[in-house]
Amino acid sequence: MYEKDGEKYFIVDSHSHFWDASRENWVEGREQYAKGWIDCFYGYHQLGPPETHWDWEKYLKVSVDDFERDMFVEGHVDYAIFQSTYLKEWYKNGFNTTEQNAELIQRFGDRIIVNGRFDPREGDAGIKQLEADHAKFGFKGVKLYTAEWNGDSRGYKLTDPEAYRFLQAAQDMGIKNVHIHKGPTIWPLDKDAFDVADVDHAATDFQGMNFIVEHVGLPRIEDFCFMAVQEPNVYAGLSVAVGGLMHARPKFFAKVMGELLFWVGEDKMTFGSDYNIWTPKWQVEGLVDWQMPDDDQFADYPRLTTASKKKILGLNAAKLYDIPVPDECKLQDAPGEQLVAGQ
Amino acid sequence: MTAGPALDTASGTVDRQAVWSALGTVLDPELDEPITDLDFVETCTVSPDPDDTANGSFVRVGLRLPTFFCAPNFSFLMVADAYDAVTAIPGVSRAQVTLADHHASAEINGGVAAHAGFVKSFEGSINGSAAAELDELRHTFLSKAALAGQDRVARPLVDAGQGPEELAALTLGELAGTEADTDELTRMRTRREAIGLPAGDDAPLLVHSDGSPVTVEQVPLHLRRARLQRVGIETNGEYCKSLLQIRYAENAPAAAGH
Repeated sequence: MYEKDGEKYFIVDSHSHFWDASRENWVEGREQYAKGWIDCFYGYHQLGPPETHWDWEKYLKVSVDDFERDMFVEGHVDYAIFQSTYLKEWYKNGFNTTEQNAELIQRFGDRIIVNGRFDPREGDAGIKQLEADHAKFGFKGVKLYTAEWNGDSRGYKLTDPEAYRFLQAAQDMGIKNVHIHKGPTIWPLDKDAFDVADVDHAATDFQGMNFIVEHVGLPRIEDFCFMAVQEPNVYAGLSVAVGGLMHARPKFFAKVMGELLFWVGEDKMTFGSDYNIWTPKWQVEGLVDWQMPDDDQFADYPRLTTASKKKILGLNAAKLYDIPVPDECKLQDAPGEQLVAGQ
Repeated sequence: MTAGPALDTASGTVDRQAVWSALGTVLDPELDEPITDLDFVETCTVSPDPDDTANGSFVRVGLRLPTFFCAPNFSFLMVADAYDAVTAIPGVSRAQVTLADHHASAEINGGVAAHAGFVKSFEGSINGSAAAELDELRHTFLSKAALAGQDRVARPLVDAGQGPEELAALTLGELAGTEADTDELTRMRTRREAIGLPAGDDAPLLVHSDGSPVTVEQVPLHLRRARLQRVGIETNGEYCKSLLQIRYAENAPAAAGH
């Protein structure tokens, strides 16, 4: 929980990691990819304020103690939702697997929500694995990396028949949140890998699920917004948008926020620190202090109220994940009143 | 372009400035900005070509990108376009364009040097094979650039008080000689021309992606979309510029070769 000027903000970090990019975990013969991957992340890391930068060695792998301090002690985070990213083509034990994340549950209990993953290219064995993982962890969500390499394949689309089979299976198991990485253009060989059109179709066909597009489709934010405006169950995951722009490019951060508020709306935007790309502390504090600039070019963008910040920082994600919110952090106003007041 | 070779009088080779200008016509298709402005050109050298009997020049260009995993399709386009732009300079007998520090450097550099297309360049590669050539991709991004360009040209007019009726009626020819006759107008017309969208004097300023004119009722939403498109492209550009700066800062891991 974060308190500022008498207001209490319930913080759900809806997109975080606990990765192992240490040298020992690099696949032999694929070292350049393993290193290239973490180097990319380290580039993004340095878009945060200089005082938050770590050295490269530390960045490869943080300890559980580091995690506890960065998230729960200093970072104001009440609940952290973990997204798994396997990348076993380059990292022997995986980059950030469900098992790695689940170790944190043992120490931090239900403040950690671990999301699963599936890959439709794994066929029946993949479905069985998802069922087994779900039986063990009770997933409320999954993270999908549609551009991930798998054998000869360099990605898939949510609209592939196999992907639909997995989505159906997940929905039947009661998994209701699907996070999809549609972010910065890293390595998709084919144009479709960063296209968001597949989310559009899947969201229409799986009404029982919510589709949280992580990194708001950057660098295809326009395609994402045109799509999200038509789909009630599509959400904007703000990870990378806050971390990569709020400090480094404040003017562009304001424009991106303005566009998202206009097209997607404050009820469907969720905060994610993308730890350990960045720590949550400066992002949470910065977002609470943030205001749309007064400059004319921002004049027709919606404004963020205290209530909208509370929604984005935690209440929206709490709703998606059925996380109990303490009364003192709930909105006092009836739902919708803020929207009218803001017009 | 000049008719004859632009020669560097001291050495008798093609003028380096002519090479730089040629590289300035090469765009990052996704960002719609020249690779020279983006600082993607790391090295550019011109020397006499010993194998050429007509005293031609050998031009070597080294490119670099913001990350190791920048999408290979866009990367390939830039390397191939740079190669074409340089070889088209009168007096250049040989060109070599290479991309450094990229996960698909070998495939891209080899493919461009061998004049292979994108698909052929990735055949049998560890980085997988490409599903399609890149013309469609280029078209998609020119179309995005043409939409963003409409915001760049129309925004000052909106700020000056022009309403939907005036904007829907405006043609490109009517903008000539006005305050809106800027580099941005030229840029937008060039992009539209490249993909067959109306770009002549009688063409409307505001057009849909299929070339049809935007009606008065459609103007507000169309402008919203055009601005969003511009924000998307420019924000992406800001990311790339920041990441490139960080990657090639003096003590960055990529530079230090960890």
